[in-house]
Amino acid sequence: MLSVFLQVIRRDLLLAMRQKSDVLNTLFFFVVVVTMVPLGIGPEPALLRDIAAGVVWVAALLAAILSLPRLFANDYADGTLEQMLLSAEPLSLIVLGKAAAHWLTTGLPLTVMAVAFGVVFDLDVNATLVLVVSLALGTPVLSLIGSIGAALTLGLRGGGVLTSLLVLPLYIPVLIFGAGSVGAATSGLGVTAYFLLLGAFALSAAVLTPWAVAIALRISVE
Amino acid sequence: MLEAVNLTCERGERTLFTALEFAVAPGSLLRVAGPNGTGKTSLLRMLCGLLEPVAGEVRWQGRNIRRQREEYWKDLVYIGHLNGVKDDLTVVENLKVAQAVAGRNVDNVALRRALDGVGLAPFEQTIARRLSQGQRRRVALARLFATTTAPLWILDEPFIALDQRGVASLSERIASHIGSGNMVVLVTHQDVAIDVPRQQHIELAGSAAPVTEAAC
Repeated sequence: MLSVFLQVIRRDLLLAMRQKSDVLNTLFFFVVVVTMVPLGIGPEPALLRDIAAGVVWVAALLAAILSLPRLFANDYADGTLEQMLLSAEPLSLIVLGKAAAHWLTTGLPLTVMAVAFGVVFDLDVNATLVLVVSLALGTPVLSLIGSIGAALTLGLRGGGVLTSLLVLPLYIPVLIFGAGSVGAATSGLGVTAYFLLLGAFALSAAVLTPWAVAIALRISVE
Repeated sequence: MLEAVNLTCERGERTLFTALEFAVAPGSLLRVAGPNGTGKTSLLRMLCGLLEPVAGEVRWQGRNIRRQREEYWKDLVYIGHLNGVKDDLTVVENLKVAQAVAGRNVDNVALRRALDGVGLAPFEQTIARRLSQGQRRRVALARLFATTTAPLWILDEPFIALDQRGVASLSERIASHIGSGNMVVLVTHQDVAIDVPRQQHIELAGSAAPVTEAAC
């Protein structure tokens, strides 16, 4: 059972490597948004320090949404999704594998890049660390919840807009606690509660969303 | 044994067929025919469990497939009109991935045998993007040659895009599969002779769908 999960991750990573532009687009978008903001509001270090976490988090969120359509659309178009639905292994496990691969190709690179943005926005080491940890805990939730939206809008025209409408409200708690953790760190408050909440979001999403996505996929493909 | 009990299919506003009943016994072939748009593909998707019937049910070994799901799919290979081939993977990667995702054992000897069976052995390392339409079809069909544990095959226009030798070797494979006591449901517009003693034909023609037993 674990093997199908790993196989799906391997498959999606292999496909991402062969089709690099998809992944690079998302990362490029993230970099552009984050670097444009300081140019837009001016080089005031104190101000930039204050908004850094919010900007990085919002950009990560938008980048994740941008990458959602490719989660199932290609598999749907070429018929491999149909074969996944007829697998002898639980569909939710396959879906979890796909979400994990999605995170490895979007959330993880975004998290790593956030280290550089900590420097760009003149955050101190502690705040940068908190930002990175919050992203590491929060971005899996973006992939998992996003996959519900992607599954529900599969095969619809203009599905991209609908996906954002569906998933954005669900992303808001992650955004608040993710960006909030950095604010708490800079003002000297404890961040443990924030991390625990983000971790709880991630774990419950990992348990509940694959099951919802599996149902949504069966409905969409019918 | 695969049974359809009182199946009704609606697509949009149209009723494609109602009260369709048949049974496919071990060692027999079911051919579904009919003009375009009469619900052949919908019927196959229903038999697979991809499409929920409006009324009636599909039974596998006496039990509704809705209640078996993964257990049923373990016994099934479905080749739809989409090939399920990834353009960015090589032929052998495609087959490996397809088998792994389907939850079947991937063993290299079986893979090699399957690619030999569909005549793709020389193209093993070719990216699927570079293949012709017929060769892509063969990549999909290789799953039939690689899988030995699934008694039921549901095939939607498997002969499309194949050359004459491909058609011959596939119909041989189908006949040998049925010959060893398994079942095949087949939709095809081509008049391909498949040499098995027990055949049934269903002609979907709008609303009425008579089943005829052919003794050939």
